[in-house]
Amino acid sequence: MTALVVPAPTSARHLSKAVMWITAGVSALVAFGIFAVLSAAGISEGFNIVAAVFVSAILFVLLSYVLSRIVEGRRKASDRLATGLVTTAFIVALLPLVSLVSTAFVNGLPRLDPLFFSSSMRNVVGQGGGGLHAIIGTLEITLAATVISVPIGIMTAIYLVEYGTGRLARAITFFVDVMTGIPSIVAGLFAFALFAIVLGPGIRFGIGGAVALSILMIPVVVRSTEEMLKLVPNELREASYALGVPKWLTIVKIVIPTAIGGIITGVMLSISRIIGETAPLLIIVGMSTSMNYNLFSDRMATLPVFVYTQYASQGSDAQAYIDRAWTGALVLIFIVMALNLIARLVSKLLAPKGLR
Amino acid sequence: MAIEVQESTQAKAPGRMGDKVFSTSSLVAGSLILAVLAAVAIFLVAQSLPAFLADPADVNDGQGFWTYVIPLVFGTIWAAALALVIALPFAIGIALFISHFAPRKLAQGLGYVIDLLAAVPSVVFGLWGITVLAPAVQPFYSWLVDNLGWIPLFAGPVSGTGRSILTVAVVLAVMILPIITALSREIFLQTPRLHEEAALALGATRWEMIKVAVLPFGRPGIISATMLGLGRALGETMAVAMVLSPSVIISFALIQSQNPTTIAANIALNFPEAHDLGVNVLIATGLILFLITLLVNSLARMVINRRKAFSGAN
Repeated sequence: MTALVVPAPTSARHLSKAVMWITAGVSALVAFGIFAVLSAAGISEGFNIVAAVFVSAILFVLLSYVLSRIVEGRRKASDRLATGLVTTAFIVALLPLVSLVSTAFVNGLPRLDPLFFSSSMRNVVGQGGGGLHAIIGTLEITLAATVISVPIGIMTAIYLVEYGTGRLARAITFFVDVMTGIPSIVAGLFAFALFAIVLGPGIRFGIGGAVALSILMIPVVVRSTEEMLKLVPNELREASYALGVPKWLTIVKIVIPTAIGGIITGVMLSISRIIGETAPLLIIVGMSTSMNYNLFSDRMATLPVFVYTQYASQGSDAQAYIDRAWTGALVLIFIVMALNLIARLVSKLLAPKGLR
Repeated sequence: MAIEVQESTQAKAPGRMGDKVFSTSSLVAGSLILAVLAAVAIFLVAQSLPAFLADPADVNDGQGFWTYVIPLVFGTIWAAALALVIALPFAIGIALFISHFAPRKLAQGLGYVIDLLAAVPSVVFGLWGITVLAPAVQPFYSWLVDNLGWIPLFAGPVSGTGRSILTVAVVLAVMILPIITALSREIFLQTPRLHEEAALALGATRWEMIKVAVLPFGRPGIISATMLGLGRALGETMAVAMVLSPSVIISFALIQSQNPTTIAANIALNFPEAHDLGVNVLIATGLILFLITLLVNSLARMVINRRKAFSGAN
């Protein structure tokens, strides 16, 4: 609150857009010049474009601060500095995303062939082989987790919004929040502890992974469904009651159809969150090199664990394993991004008229 | 309002089967969540009791459980704290950029781009960290050791692979960036329009307006977003397990090849080969991780809830 106590008047002089563009050009020129000289002199290996862009951004921010300080005064200068820094922060945060996606593409494309989608790793050492067993496993386990979580999650949200009052509802809300923060590996340990007590130690099977993933998925479904149900206007419910419709029919026929777009979006986003989980599956599902369609017996392969094991235990022909790992990663990224995109589309298309 | 209506409806038409079935099943689903959480706690405790009760001589070559777990707890907190220090300024900057600096039309799209970071599976982050990031930062680490090696944090000998705890912290920072950004952005957008306009009307520049109106309003939100990010970083497994070259030590050095590892990564790396008491020991470390994250998350939730009570008065 102190900043405005004695404000110095801002200067009437103003830096024009042209001056700022020139400043940007100069700083880019200087930064790229420095790095060109460095690479020509052989001090750095090759021309480092990321560093060059980064340095020119910093140079531009500093230069414009100094210029503005001289021409426009302290207050406008710090405004420009803040704007520059905040924009730089955003651009810097994009770097890992761009780098990650482009690396996955470059390294994953060589093995993105029909063989990858048509064969397992059974009896494969070195080149060849694929991730079909892992893709099947991921789909089965994710489907099972969805079947467990969605009814529980949606019914809980209905309880919280439509029925729940008092202590129990508050307790559930609090513990759903707590569940959101459970580390994925702890969920895996829980599933293991549960089934180890019931079925004996050393247990590994697919449905255990589904249970572990449900622990992670349920709170997300509850949260998003709850938000959506709260958005349904009370007038709709009251109009239905006034017509003599019982409460449960009102929920089924009025409330849920109104919120269905948001609910589906929430479910899809929660699937996209758990489909890439590795740690719990590593613990309770394990890894296999062969096809296993049965959720209830033996180890299964899943795509995230496939990526991990291909990288972690490379065979004699290391490059083949690394290639398979990247292709698996690329497929995972595709699946997750597709789920995200479809979810946004669904929420746009199914949004009730009047709420948007 | 809905509740009053419901009671009168039920009074007129008691005993509708559909209503009973539906309300009971929704109640059961809600209670199931409480039961599941209780089960998580009970089963973890049941499976980790043998580790707590075992003769220290039997645990991990006679180390005893607590000497084994304390370096892991240190590594977990140290890595998460480093990640937070790196992520926080960026997250606040990005949230401000999206909420107050970017053109209105672009803002939502830009927020979506940052959310995409959250969608990338952790195992892919691990793969990226070890094949792209670690080699890229290694020369920088060498430079740090050569020139700033007198600072204990940057003490040598430098890691030859770049797979040090600082690299892990950077990867973790990227991973927790979206959650901190998303929450802070929401809070910043909730700043009362009148506060902002009042500041601007008094002649404040945009940055001054943010300093006097947006940031003070958003402070509790930033704190709780930070805590939630911390909770995420504490439990993150695969990125740490893949990138770090681990050892069980307590050390503050950032860029050596000997790094303290985290509980989660330690479990992931050792669980597949563990047997008998080893399994119980790992589950017990998992229980400790659960308690730490529970504490951090509950604190964050308390801050958020307290703020909710305040915002009614605003």
